[in-house]
Amino acid sequence: MSSSEPIERRLGIVGAGKAGTAIARAAVAGGYDVAISGSGPAERIELIVEVLAPGARALSTDAVVRYAGIIVLAIPLHRFRELRRDLFAGKILVDAMNYWDEIDGVDEQFETAPAGTSALVQEWFTSAKVVKSLNQLGYFKFEKSRRPHGASDRIAMAAAGNDPAAVAVVLQLIDSLGFDAVDAGNLEAGLALQPGGPIFGAGHSAKELSNLLSREAAAPLLAK
Amino acid sequence: MSRFPDIEFGLDSFVPISVDESGRELTGDVVIRNTVEEAVLADAVGIDSFNIAEHYRRDMMDSAASIILATIAGRTKSIRLGTAVTVLSTQDPVRVYTEFATLDAVSNGRAQLIAGRGSLIESFPLFGYDLNDYEDLFEEKLDLLTRLLRDQPVTWSGKFRSPLTNQYLSPPLPNGHLPVWVGVGGSPQSVVRAARYGLPLMLAVIGGPPIRFLPLIELYKRALEKYGKPLQPIGMHSHGLVARTDQEAADIQWPHWAHIFERAAAERGWARPTRDRFQAEVDEGSLYLGSVETVATKIAWVIRLLGLSRFDLAYATGRVPHEQKMATIELYGREVIPRVRELLSDPAEEPAQDDQSLASASARSSSV
Repeated sequence: MSSSEPIERRLGIVGAGKAGTAIARAAVAGGYDVAISGSGPAERIELIVEVLAPGARALSTDAVVRYAGIIVLAIPLHRFRELRRDLFAGKILVDAMNYWDEIDGVDEQFETAPAGTSALVQEWFTSAKVVKSLNQLGYFKFEKSRRPHGASDRIAMAAAGNDPAAVAVVLQLIDSLGFDAVDAGNLEAGLALQPGGPIFGAGHSAKELSNLLSREAAAPLLAK
Repeated sequence: MSRFPDIEFGLDSFVPISVDESGRELTGDVVIRNTVEEAVLADAVGIDSFNIAEHYRRDMMDSAASIILATIAGRTKSIRLGTAVTVLSTQDPVRVYTEFATLDAVSNGRAQLIAGRGSLIESFPLFGYDLNDYEDLFEEKLDLLTRLLRDQPVTWSGKFRSPLTNQYLSPPLPNGHLPVWVGVGGSPQSVVRAARYGLPLMLAVIGGPPIRFLPLIELYKRALEKYGKPLQPIGMHSHGLVARTDQEAADIQWPHWAHIFERAAAERGWARPTRDRFQAEVDEGSLYLGSVETVATKIAWVIRLLGLSRFDLAYATGRVPHEQKMATIELYGREVIPRVRELLSDPAEEPAQDDQSLASASARSSSV
């Protein structure tokens, strides 16, 4: 991203559950103007947003998409195909979802996804710029671990995507939310950020996280 | 006078496969009979309620709570008998009504329910339900169950079962019997739904500091107000174990706690359990584990912190042997609960507005 481009200060969040409202709180604190939607009309989540994410505004999903250029998708993974395929056309779509068979049901496709579940999200929303991020910590650890820029105990979060400009915007978002940001490479590299991998849930420093990512990237080569 | 006059202190069980003292796993039928004995002891030592969960897993024998509860009813006098939780989404509310109204009759009015969506979803494929209907199923079934409990004869139609016309169900329930709570794990939508039905709220707090549930409690109260419902009781379910000393309690629970989380780490990609993490849950998280004084202080603290009317201890979780489950029940009923009531009735225990930490509560109670 060149320095002449304005930094995006609007954030849309689709999903007003535990994760969506936690991200909304952090983003409001990080200076973003935040709009958030649940499944259904905005009125249904107005009270939730007012109490759990004061400062954010409750809108319909369509209105959230119109509101911001960067949208966080934080709904149960098994439901993303209920959204229109062109809904996020041209938008940066942060995939914060994880596959949990105890929530999503056992799903062969999610289970095996050789390039990670975010590749399936990208396949569905072909016209969006999908970046996998904000999925690596549970919502409670996410909130508890936020630190100002430069804090010695700040932990890192990674972003993986195929569009470098989109990844750069998400790295900026990660920093504003209170984490050191690490570029994990292309979307397929997001596989290393999923549950079961060495990064998920752990809370590494930026240096440790970068080392783990390069080791993960090398692993398939070593296996051959 | 205490702000907490009649708090309910319960026990919750998943009827887990446990081990004997040599570490060998018991069979399911033995575990079920042991659980009946645990509930009989709970009644004898004055615990207010005994509640059984609902799972369909190899390591939990709680797939038919009402039958175990009915057996307990025949052997006890005072203890209330309930579920924690009934996975209402994949049950027929008509059947839930008939079973638990019957339990209420045989127990002379001691039945109660916590209805939830279920945090694990193994009952969906088992009973032929579609996970995509997760929300709608619970909404519809809660609607029907509350109608059956309050408004018979019921005329009702919905998406997931055949309609009812002027339907009476037997046995009839006396007014106010079979209270239903809504169990939630932290989903804001579930909290708002409980408020919309004007039903009491039961929070499952199974990890991390309980203070993070304060915003959800605020949401619940605001939502009750919005829907014009009177204030309702709020309860909490957390895990724990009581022994003679803190060290003994930790040594008993740790290997079994590790066993549960080792498997979760393998199956779900969670971080592997460490003794440090375990101790952090004891010190500042959601394990109510230790000596009588340690556990009583922590329960009294959380009751004040969240303004609770009910505290359910999911006791001696996992494969902890029956004998040690019994020891926990004995100490919880005879010593912990009276001590919690004592702490709550003492105005000197009221925390200052700006210091509601557990450490301060411990310092206060140990200086008495």
